[in-house]
Amino acid sequence: MEFPEELKYTEEHEWVMVEEELAVIGITDFAQDSLGDVVFVELPEVGTFLEAGKAFGVVESVKAVSDIYAPISGTVEEINDDLVDAPEIINTSPYEDGWMIKIRMADAGDADNLMDAEAYQALIAEES
Amino acid sequence: MTIIGTSGLVLNEKLLFEHSDPGRKGYSLPKLDVPETALPAELCREEISDFPELSEVDVVRHFTRLSTWNYGVDSGFYPLGSCTMKYNPKVNEAAARIPGLAYIHPATPAHLAQGTLELMYRLQGALAEISGLARVTLQPAAGAQGELTGMLVVRAWHEAHGSKRTKVLIPDTAHGTNPATASLTGYDVVPIASDGVLTLEEVEAHMNDDVAALMVTNPNTLGLFETNIEAICKLVHERGGLVYCDGANLNALMGIARPGDMGIDVMHFNLHKTFSTPHGGGGPGSGPVGVTEKLIPYLPGPGVDFDGENYSLEAAKADSVGRMMAFHGNVGVMVRAYAYIRSMGAAGLKHASEMAVLNANYVRARLEGVYDLPYKSRSLHEVVFSDKDLGGDCHTLDVAKRLIDYGYHPPTIYFPLVVKGAIMIEPTETESQEVLDEFCDAMIAIAGEARENPELLHQAPVRSRVRRLDETTAARKPKLKWEKGA
Repeated sequence: MEFPEELKYTEEHEWVMVEEELAVIGITDFAQDSLGDVVFVELPEVGTFLEAGKAFGVVESVKAVSDIYAPISGTVEEINDDLVDAPEIINTSPYEDGWMIKIRMADAGDADNLMDAEAYQALIAEES
Repeated sequence: MTIIGTSGLVLNEKLLFEHSDPGRKGYSLPKLDVPETALPAELCREEISDFPELSEVDVVRHFTRLSTWNYGVDSGFYPLGSCTMKYNPKVNEAAARIPGLAYIHPATPAHLAQGTLELMYRLQGALAEISGLARVTLQPAAGAQGELTGMLVVRAWHEAHGSKRTKVLIPDTAHGTNPATASLTGYDVVPIASDGVLTLEEVEAHMNDDVAALMVTNPNTLGLFETNIEAICKLVHERGGLVYCDGANLNALMGIARPGDMGIDVMHFNLHKTFSTPHGGGGPGSGPVGVTEKLIPYLPGPGVDFDGENYSLEAAKADSVGRMMAFHGNVGVMVRAYAYIRSMGAAGLKHASEMAVLNANYVRARLEGVYDLPYKSRSLHEVVFSDKDLGGDCHTLDVAKRLIDYGYHPPTIYFPLVVKGAIMIEPTETESQEVLDEFCDAMIAIAGEARENPELLHQAPVRSRVRRLDETTAARKPKLKWEKGA
């Protein structure tokens, strides 16, 4: 399993990539592996304001339905439309083609509170 | 070990459309002895293309073959956790076929339906007695509708008291339907964490003036009794809320503990679980709801009343949440449940719960150490294992599929969500020690196969009529309609 160094991570298994005022968000390799084959994704509409810690979408696999939580607050700038017809991309490319949303961050400093790759790996080692 | 799973003369079967032969019929009519007259054109519909045309034997074989693909509690052990797949005694069926009960029209006036109304009245009373609640409506058609009914009653009570509460607390060990019910009733769901059992502190931290109710399942989906329930109910009441109990796990409590005595305000019953009426597949189910005294005005109507001489349908209540179903609910199911309650008697129901708990703990004791047991405290009527440390890269799904080869319906898997790779086993009181031993032997053998020959699990099932189905493609690209030649 891979956990790119340049990303930030949450306890709920989302990843965040900060690009100036924008943040790209998806779910981690560990999350997709635990879920199994993803069959459906529900994402928010562009323009929606997301509050950190609140659910913004749903990912459904053959095993379970899980909420996806906003790692940081901000307004949805873009969503990954490809996931609607091909949710399996989340399994095959969780960090690249499987990105879910881009948000304009309310406070760029929020990302500093998230875990780095090392801390996240320690967390999942504990969980599994 | 005797393996009861086998592959024998199991027949494939085409669709009726594929059997069809134009002009073939399942009837013969006498020769016409009057002049033939066409029906007015406006009363005739167009021919339905490819409508199946079959003989009687074609149809009988078709459905008989399909029926051999069924697996039910009459075929064997069915340890589906949280579903209480107990045996449905045939005396229930005999009672439901008594002509006066089976053929009564739902619109029959009360004075001509005294027998049916008496049965409903007595069933209302029996469920109230078992749960320790004041009054029961029999109207809801199944568990989920019972939940909705109960939560509509909660909302109606709050509205009648001028309260504008918007949230419902639901612990992570509650039934999966509870959040959907709260949401459908217009509430925001606040999930709360439990470490196996809900603590007073955790409820206290979330219980404020926005919270209309707490929805609990007791015993919860880990099969654990909510030991703090009394103090929790007291706290919720002090802070102006109500407590809903999902009654799906009532089979652990009958005759031993009553939700009403714990402080529960409203709960639903699943007659198709606890009270041995047919389950799933076509049901129908029945989800009566019981409430405390103060919530009676909000129940759906009409219920059945008795004035000491006659049974009657209750007059409309001004504050009622309204009807949940046409007529009186699934009355045929009520007959079966009543037959069960009366044939068991009070002592029998208590014994059923005791045996259900004993059976679950027997399975727990035999499989502990073979399968990971994430919550160690003594379980009630069901027990949850996980796939942690299974060998050979085998997971819960593989165990479930392999159980089919051994001749068992798999248990509930991947639920509750608080256990990763959950395997949730509810044997019910119905099963003998021999059946439980055979099942546990199979589970132990499968754990051994996982270590020594994991391919057996990855390939499973191999003895069933069809092999492992592609659930992913079925979910991603569902085919919902048959098309000719497709």
